[in-house]
Amino acid sequence: MLAWWRTIRLSIKELMLHPLRSSLTVLGIFIGVSSVIWLLAIGEGIGRKAEEQIVDLGARNIILNTVKPSGDQAGEGLYGVTREDFRRLKNTLEGHLERTVPIRALSKEFGRGPRTMEGRLVGTTAGFLEVMRMDVEEGGRFFAPIDSIEERPYCVLGPEARNELVPYGDPIGATVRIGDEFYEVIGVMKQKKSHSSDEKIKTDDYSKDIYIPIETFWRRIGDVIITTGSGLFKRDIVEVSQIVLEVQEQDQVLEMAQVVQDTLAAEHTMPDYTMTVPFELLEQARTTRLLFIVFLGMIAAISLVVGGIGIMNIMLATVTERTREIGIRRALGAKRHDITRQFLIESIVLSTIGGLLGIAAGLTCPLLASPVRRTLFYLFPSQMAALPEEIRNVEPMLVTWSIPLSLAIAVAVGVLFGVYPAMKAAQLDPIEALRHE
Amino acid sequence: MFTSRPATGSLAASIHNLHKQYVLGGETVHALRDVSFDVPRGDYISIMGPSGSGKSTLLNLLGCLDTPTSGNFFLGDLDVAAIDDDHRAEVRSTLIGFVFQSFYLLPALTVVENIEVPLLYSGRLDREARQRAIHLAEQVGLGSRLGHRPTQLSGGQQQRVAIARSLVNDPRFLLADEPTGNLDSQTTTEILELLDNLNKEGRTILLVTHEPEVAEHTKRKIVLRDGRVQIDERMRPC
Repeated sequence: MLAWWRTIRLSIKELMLHPLRSSLTVLGIFIGVSSVIWLLAIGEGIGRKAEEQIVDLGARNIILNTVKPSGDQAGEGLYGVTREDFRRLKNTLEGHLERTVPIRALSKEFGRGPRTMEGRLVGTTAGFLEVMRMDVEEGGRFFAPIDSIEERPYCVLGPEARNELVPYGDPIGATVRIGDEFYEVIGVMKQKKSHSSDEKIKTDDYSKDIYIPIETFWRRIGDVIITTGSGLFKRDIVEVSQIVLEVQEQDQVLEMAQVVQDTLAAEHTMPDYTMTVPFELLEQARTTRLLFIVFLGMIAAISLVVGGIGIMNIMLATVTERTREIGIRRALGAKRHDITRQFLIESIVLSTIGGLLGIAAGLTCPLLASPVRRTLFYLFPSQMAALPEEIRNVEPMLVTWSIPLSLAIAVAVGVLFGVYPAMKAAQLDPIEALRHE
Repeated sequence: MFTSRPATGSLAASIHNLHKQYVLGGETVHALRDVSFDVPRGDYISIMGPSGSGKSTLLNLLGCLDTPTSGNFFLGDLDVAAIDDDHRAEVRSTLIGFVFQSFYLLPALTVVENIEVPLLYSGRLDREARQRAIHLAEQVGLGSRLGHRPTQLSGGQQQRVAIARSLVNDPRFLLADEPTGNLDSQTTTEILELLDNLNKEGRTILLVTHEPEVAEHTKRKIVLRDGRVQIDERMRPC
């Protein structure tokens, strides 16, 4: 034990004899290790963000959206998901669903006294809050099932709508005009945090919404939307804009999605709806993240190998330079493996120091990320703007296992690239080595 | 593991019909031919001869750095001519102490650390090692220079460190290869006195030299020529 300790101290002393050479060698490993940690953290940050966006949509949800069929396929009249679809899905999947939420949305003009605004009118049911992970402000409430059944003229305001329409005083009980009809405010939505960015999984901006019970919507607003303009007369008939089905068990989501697909395919001859399964996207995002990590990990691994070659280079030079010393040690009783051990320890010391410094630099990653980003924005504004949003605004997240992993790799690199020079040193003939100048 | 137990007989070493030949540039060189002699314990032998006479080859064989082509070399009852590389390293670290012409100290280490190096390989690097090294440094008169590096010492001082180092494992044999070859006459005298004293304490010493006045210090003179023992003359009783 004492001998090992002595050998380690000795090797540090030897390395200190050439500080510049040793630190340049350490630098190679340092860069390798810190880039492993950085790249994995960046990969993790990007992946996490994508996943968060998807989880926002609800990993147990199946989302059906009405889309208008394109030109020639579209007749005049009804398209999209229907009340009948909703009822049928509800019955078919009975027992597997946590909740089903129909949504009907439409742009409308809202008003209160002299104030007016454009916003989205959303008809829905009580389950909306849960599936959208939203909540109402203290003091108000969302719809109860009875509100829907009785088609009551109640509404809940989005935060922005509240600011526009009822800027002062208690909004609860206030009357708001929607189109030509009047509704009583029973609650105000809390602002929802959104992780949105990707087009496909965009969570909408809900702040200008006004919510009413869907039965009320169907009764009072109806299904027909007529758009007129100069030379334009368009009539759309839509019963339901969106259905959100929340499946009870997450591992049934894909199976249920298939059932939904089959159920609807029988009734819809036109492509007038889309089905989104966030869980599927989640799986995709996980695969992408894994690919990302493997890819970035490989880049980092290459830099570690380069660092290792640096170590090997230096150790080979050192062995040649210290041939005489090897001869002296052999004459004084060192066995071959004593010499191997000495040089191997030197290369491991180099790589371990590089590894530890690299980890220290890696740990600064979350702190340095935003200054680095700002610098890049300053230096390359247009290039940065062209990057996808996820990459531009990535928040690196340290991957805990990358720290022991990269240290282990650094040590392994020291062993791997130190073995050959150390063996070479040990193979020297002691007499020849002693004569070496 | 070997220990430096005292030799059972009165012989420290015994050499029988030692041959060494090697091929150099396609030609077979007979470096040693049929060399035989006994080394009683406590002897003080100088090995002389012109260059190319086989002095260095003999020293390498005696120092277990090399193996003979044929013949036997007994250290006590162990025939070191027949053992493998690791085994020879063990013999070097436990039974033999080396002193070289160019001192061969390790420049990165201090005086004390240099003296300790053989302990690292004999497995005796324990808590008392440092004390032993300091004690030896004091014995050779370097008690005040323990923390110095070899480059901060004079040639004579460096050779004293080397002698202290050769003694740290308490070897049976001291092999000195031209120990005064790089020293001025004043220092040469000092180093020879040191060796004389070690011999008086009972240490067996073999030294290779080409200076007759160095050989005068010893008790026995062996002169090699063309790989053979030409003269084996005892000048003082062992």
